[in-house]
Amino acid sequence: MFMFIVRRVLQAIPVLFMVSLVTFIMIRSAPGGPFDEDRAVPPEVIKNLNERYHLDDPLWKQFLDYIANVVQGDLGPSFKYPSHTVNDLIAAGLPATLELSFYALIFALVTGLTAGIIASLKTNSMQDYIPMSAAMVGICMPTFVLGPILLLVFGIWLDWLPVAGWGEIPGDKILPSITLGSVYAAYIARISRGGMLDILSQDYIRTARAKGLSTSRIVFVHALRGGITPVISFLGPAIAGLLAGSFVVESIFQIPGLGRFYVTAAFNRDYTMILGCTIFFAFLIILFNLLADIVLVWLNPKLRQELEARG
Amino acid sequence: MHAIRWLMICVMAAGLLSGCGKSQKLVDIGNEQQILHIANGDEISDLDPQVTTGMPESRVQAALFEGLVARDPKTLKVVPGVAERWDISEDGTKYRFYIRENAKWSNGDDLTANDFVQSWRRSFLPALGNQYATSLYVVKNGQAFHEGKIGFEDVGVKAFDKKILDVELIAPTPYFLQLLAHHSAFALHIPTIEKFGAIDERGTKWTRPENFVGNGPFIPVEWIPTKYIAVKRNPYYWDAANVKLNEIRFYPIPKYTVEERMFRAGQLHITYYLPRDKLEYYKAKNDGVLRSFQNFATYFYRFNTTIKPLNDLRVRKALAYSVNRHQIVEYVTKFGQKPAYALTAPDPNSYVPEAKMPYDPDLARKLLAEAGFPEGKGFPTLTIAFNTNDEHRNVAMAIQQMWKKELGIEVSLENVEWKVFLDRERQMDYEIDRASWVGDYLDPFTFLEMFTTGNGNNKTGFASTEYDSLIRASALEADPEQRMFYFQKADKILVDEVPILPLYTYHWNRLVSKSVKNWYDNPMDYYSFKQIYLE
Repeated sequence: MFMFIVRRVLQAIPVLFMVSLVTFIMIRSAPGGPFDEDRAVPPEVIKNLNERYHLDDPLWKQFLDYIANVVQGDLGPSFKYPSHTVNDLIAAGLPATLELSFYALIFALVTGLTAGIIASLKTNSMQDYIPMSAAMVGICMPTFVLGPILLLVFGIWLDWLPVAGWGEIPGDKILPSITLGSVYAAYIARISRGGMLDILSQDYIRTARAKGLSTSRIVFVHALRGGITPVISFLGPAIAGLLAGSFVVESIFQIPGLGRFYVTAAFNRDYTMILGCTIFFAFLIILFNLLADIVLVWLNPKLRQELEARG
Repeated sequence: MHAIRWLMICVMAAGLLSGCGKSQKLVDIGNEQQILHIANGDEISDLDPQVTTGMPESRVQAALFEGLVARDPKTLKVVPGVAERWDISEDGTKYRFYIRENAKWSNGDDLTANDFVQSWRRSFLPALGNQYATSLYVVKNGQAFHEGKIGFEDVGVKAFDKKILDVELIAPTPYFLQLLAHHSAFALHIPTIEKFGAIDERGTKWTRPENFVGNGPFIPVEWIPTKYIAVKRNPYYWDAANVKLNEIRFYPIPKYTVEERMFRAGQLHITYYLPRDKLEYYKAKNDGVLRSFQNFATYFYRFNTTIKPLNDLRVRKALAYSVNRHQIVEYVTKFGQKPAYALTAPDPNSYVPEAKMPYDPDLARKLLAEAGFPEGKGFPTLTIAFNTNDEHRNVAMAIQQMWKKELGIEVSLENVEWKVFLDRERQMDYEIDRASWVGDYLDPFTFLEMFTTGNGNNKTGFASTEYDSLIRASALEADPEQRMFYFQKADKILVDEVPILPLYTYHWNRLVSKSVKNWYDNPMDYYSFKQIYLE
């Protein structure tokens, strides 16, 4: 297991380097620069700014200098927000993004697994059709549609919940979490239903039934561990998707997260901010995929044995 | 597994369901505690007045700093700020400012004339990259110092004594006092700046709330990027006794739909703008929260006069005379804008351009025929470029149809990403493009200077020695009437030569809670936060 983790970490290094290089080339190929504004900036001012941020160095040197700084944990100054470094801005936005993603994931897991398990136990009944149809709607409905609908109903018409903000007014985290988590709840419902159906038809479950165990004991003690394995595999990319996809929800609900910086950085040609966010998100995606794989191995004795055999 | 399930449910309950029922209204709490919640457009880039250029930043800076002079938010007339009075020499080139005896910095230090001298020196330092440094070129030798040709001792700003500041200008500049109300002319606490880096270093930590020292009615206490920046009363402000608000929270909300929803839900006192499709709703509602006012800003199109066929005046005139601006503002933009027939945005109190670009499709057709394109035959397909925005697209489509109908010519539309748009415009790589200009101060010079030969904002290729000499004369002229005469002539040259196609004067619509008092709308969108209170 240890060697497995070490191998994956080592594989991540060239991936992160390539991500940085490709992003650097793409963003520097785009016309316009960070200091272009509607009002013409005097050329001497542009010259001074380029000198200040070393944008007048050859591109290869800029990239190598940047990578050297990144290795030391310094993602550089932001061009758009000069009094902040990219590290500062990521640190400022990350807690809200992580918290939102965490609540959305919990919501997705609780509702998705509940719906999936019930549907798998009552196949071809209303308890199967209704949650699965709802899941299909959930998959099809984008967050930028669901969010405003929830806001209109619960925020404006019923006036039960705040319409924006994060941690300022009690209850302001509910609607964004549901909005972001819904689509994943829908996927998890469908995946867990399939996984559970597969397990419930196995011989050992039939044996458990023959022994007269209660349904809840069969489900939670015997079937769930195997039934949710596909869900665990899905969680790696799902968490990455939650983090990277939080931008839309952040903008609908005015959440001070990282997504907004990321997207506006591209429009502002805030080179260091784009690179910093990309590298950081790439790092998170690699990390969560690795964690999902570790959990998968831990849950699945067959995989564990395979790894041990490989050394 | 059972326990895990319950644990998950508990986490949900604690984290998500932390409150339910009727949501708390920030506005009501704010009214009780004199805390103003105001939307502020985009996230502010910095608080350093010599580094920033945007409106969101200038609004926050208006709460944190005070210039030598301020503006009356009702009339926009210049009123005393840190300087309680000033003398102007007869020839209009020498100013003496008397700084208030009780003017202090927010750390208790005395605010002196030398603070202004050192701050203006900083604003000229090349490495700082102050984009407004050129606005203080009116100060004697300001430009030469900025270009590194002379030492600062020769620049026309001196501390006569601790509280008296002398400024010498290169020419009588009637709008000079207005310039001083601009954030780039504010005084900064240099010892604080130097504590966190070199004096000309951008982006040091002196602007962080925990380090900040200013001289305005408020000081920053909390800055959470993309959430809000909170400012509280500055006890050392010379007029602190008359500051009524305890706190202001500026929320960066780029989406107008979000801020409108927050306003409706009682989470904001003031929005930055209003979604276009909500205007009719609030007009019909007529409950006194809608504020609608004209801006000192013009929306126009630039013609690239250096390329064929736009280098032909008859073609430019034909294009300009066949645009029905009334239709554009009535049926396309529908946000209260007024048609513009000249560049300078009208200011009913001082200057309204007399020159008017006509709407005359018959004449337009005749001019186009004279230029060799009868009924549009043989006319090349030109492109109108605009930056990504629905309104720009709609206006361009309307004009495309008007030109097709009136002149029989085809134009194509090109939607361009903002930075690409700016890049192409700078390189004159366009045919016709969308533009706008917001006045920095209430004087026609802020608009008309743009089209002098070689000006970085001209971007049309237009050059006229007569025009240049009029603008130069206006800068040297002390007599207000004579200046206005020069401006009228300059506006007329632009109308006659048509390097641009003025379309409308901007209009602002926003929502202001009825509990907000002393909030006055004005064309410069300037607010005096020290006077505002909640009831």
